Amino acid sequence: MNSSSHYDVVIIGAGMSGLAAGIRLAHFGKKVCIFERHNAVGGLNSFYSIDGRKYDVGLHAMTNYVRPGVKGTPLTKLLRQLRIDREEFALCEQKQSRVAFGSRGETSLRFTNDFAVFESEVARAFPAQIDGFRKLVQLIRGYDDVSLDAKPESARTVVRQHLTDPLLEDMLFCPVMYYGSAQEHDMEFGQFVIMFKALFLEGFARPFEGVRVILRVLQEKYRQAGGERRMKCGVRQILFGGDKVDRLVLDSGEEITATHVLSSIGAPETFGLCMLGGAIGPEESLARPELRHSPGRHSFVETITVLDRQPAALGWGDDTIVFFNDSPQFDYACPATPVDPRSGVICIPNNFDYGADRVLPEGIFRVTCLAEPAHWFGLPEAEYQAEKKRWFGTIHASARRFLPPSDPAAFAGATVATDMFTPRTITKFTGHLNGAIYGAPTKIRDGRTPLGNLYLCGTDQGFLGIVGAMLSGISMANYHVLTK
Amino acid sequence: MTKDECKQVVLNIIADIAPDEDLSNVKPDVRLRDQLQLDSMDFLDIVMELRKRHGIEVPEADYMQLASLDSCAEYLTPKFNALAGKS
Repeated sequence: MNSSSHYDVVIIGAGMSGLAAGIRLAHFGKKVCIFERHNAVGGLNSFYSIDGRKYDVGLHAMTNYVRPGVKGTPLTKLLRQLRIDREEFALCEQKQSRVAFGSRGETSLRFTNDFAVFESEVARAFPAQIDGFRKLVQLIRGYDDVSLDAKPESARTVVRQHLTDPLLEDMLFCPVMYYGSAQEHDMEFGQFVIMFKALFLEGFARPFEGVRVILRVLQEKYRQAGGERRMKCGVRQILFGGDKVDRLVLDSGEEITATHVLSSIGAPETFGLCMLGGAIGPEESLARPELRHSPGRHSFVETITVLDRQPAALGWGDDTIVFFNDSPQFDYACPATPVDPRSGVICIPNNFDYGADRVLPEGIFRVTCLAEPAHWFGLPEAEYQAEKKRWFGTIHASARRFLPPSDPAAFAGATVATDMFTPRTITKFTGHLNGAIYGAPTKIRDGRTPLGNLYLCGTDQGFLGIVGAMLSGISMANYHVLTK
Repeated sequence: MTKDECKQVVLNIIADIAPDEDLSNVKPDVRLRDQLQLDSMDFLDIVMELRKRHGIEVPEADYMQLASLDSCAEYLTPKFNALAGKS
């Protein structure tokens, strides 16, 4: 066998988890190569340019932010494991965020990176619930959320043991679900804990230049450690014999072999590549029922509006992120309509504290809502464009009810560019089936697959958020390769 | 290698793994875990850096030998010297 085509570890996908796994493995001397189908790294958290303007995708904010000196949290673990100095990420903290419920956001809970603010807001708006809330927080603080073999439990059930007001319950679930739930209506409690800590007990931050800063640091560490990378070259097939991966077929047609394969592209996406060696055909992988996994049902759309002034100049204040819902009940599910504009997330990246006299050159206003994937996949191109335009207006009108009133003409006049992504965009650029940003509803915590030398990391392993994604890559590399 | 040199090797590794820890006052007879915030991932890294940088193997059954700087020195110094003797 040609030794140049054999790797100790092949990583499929150069997203946050794949890059983090790659850094660990290369640092400890493994011959490792990351194969990425797209021409840019980052996967679900990436960036692009149109007309010379740089846009972030995915990341609204980096969650899990803790200040220097706080130890033992996911961010500090990740920095240590990847030998990254926290200055390299140059994180700037959020100003303030809110959960706003009611047809005009009448009930609002403000939060910052100081948890005491959120706790006092809950006490103010829900005085009868505060004792239960504190007990719930105590439970969350003590919960071992990185255990790889925790027993699954319904988060709704656990939260209801502490809170009796369904409005407060929904107001806690809304941000937590929007920032990471692949499951509709409810979450596994361990997943809820991970996200609650990431959002409320820790917090939001962003590098001034956005997600590209984080990706640049990861790529540089990986390169320095001696890792190889092939861009615009995905893995087309995983050929197995018995219970092991035998070889991999690349998009280029080349075949390579690997002692271990770590896939970050999602469980159904990975299993969809698995074929019995020799006899290639979909019926072959269907012959192995354990190699089946369903993608999530719901997806998202996001509108991006670029403004010629800071959003605060439109009277929108200091809000960094606003999670909103206008209905008596918060429905986190695949909508019956193409988009569900009743709830969503507003992100104003200008409202991070970048330091004195440092502001983003333009205003950015992003709104994310739940979407039904099949509708968006089925449209012919002309109708797809028209449908995007139609929903863009509806989403904006809905979201703006939750911000201080501003003159619609001023907003339109300040707009210099817009863009919008749909489930179709997500699948096109990331390969994630069904536009499912948060992957499959059933997570595989230990990363094992029916094939002995194939492991999952990233979204479908189940540590959420971008810090979670990186920790997932680290944990799976440690657990399945480095400690072997 | 002396035991003091061996302790310095371990401290150098910890300084790289956990640059946010203050190592100026580490007591050699107290468990590292009790005076520094090091978790199981960090201890695994100490083991892996020993292998990477110095070719020293620490089998999992011996991880507890790395509890304090003193115990590290007791356990690792003979390994370093055996390795030096071979080359």
